[in-house]
Amino acid sequence: MPYNPALVAPMRAEMTRMGARELTNSADVDATIGDQKGSMLVFVNSVCGCAAGNARPALALALNHKPLPQHVVTVFAGQDLDAVARARQYFGEYQPSSPSIALLRDGEVVHFVHRHQIEGRSPQAIAADLTAAFDRFFGAAVA
Amino acid sequence: MMSGHIFHPGHSELHGITVVVETKGPLTYVGRYDSEDERGVHMLDVGVHHDSAGDSKEEFVRKSAKFGIRSEHKQLIVPLAEVIRITRLGSMAG
Repeated sequence: MPYNPALVAPMRAEMTRMGARELTNSADVDATIGDQKGSMLVFVNSVCGCAAGNARPALALALNHKPLPQHVVTVFAGQDLDAVARARQYFGEYQPSSPSIALLRDGEVVHFVHRHQIEGRSPQAIAADLTAAFDRFFGAAVA
Repeated sequence: MMSGHIFHPGHSELHGITVVVETKGPLTYVGRYDSEDERGVHMLDVGVHHDSAGDSKEEFVRKSAKFGIRSEHKQLIVPLAEVIRITRLGSMAG
């Protein structure tokens, strides 16, 4: 059962403030991720205060970096169930976890940050891993 | 193994953390540590490896770290007497 929308509203707002576009149903997901060209970051948001509470600020920090993914989108686990289930179909062999972060190039997952790579780590440490992945997968040499 | 940082205040240091639980027997578990009591270690969203499986235990853990946990049990209790080591999955290379 989805969480109370009022409870998750600040967590949604935190994402949209940093420029992420919310995908709230499977049609949104298909239209955005399906047949996607270029680079994209998909953030699977979560109400888990300690993991997602560090992952969201980490992403905000990482988005100050260059290079960046061309598109940043988010789905909300435990809330937008249809959208999350569909997004996970695009993640191939990567198992569901939330929060998590997928980096895609031309629709293929090139890097995945699982919940266990977020737990107990500072936003700065998580952001450093993300920006290293941006450099590796979205840098000029691979664009 | 742990930094001393309490991930979820008011709970065990490992509460909410994804761990590998190695046992004296043929089974290895990967999942979120919830709590511990006289019945054992309570875990959530747990993948299980049996030594008779095709992949080795090390390969199971490596794949879990890289691709995530293939959850077979929503909840599971591992008897304390069976446990020989609990390690954060995040501390292992993916």
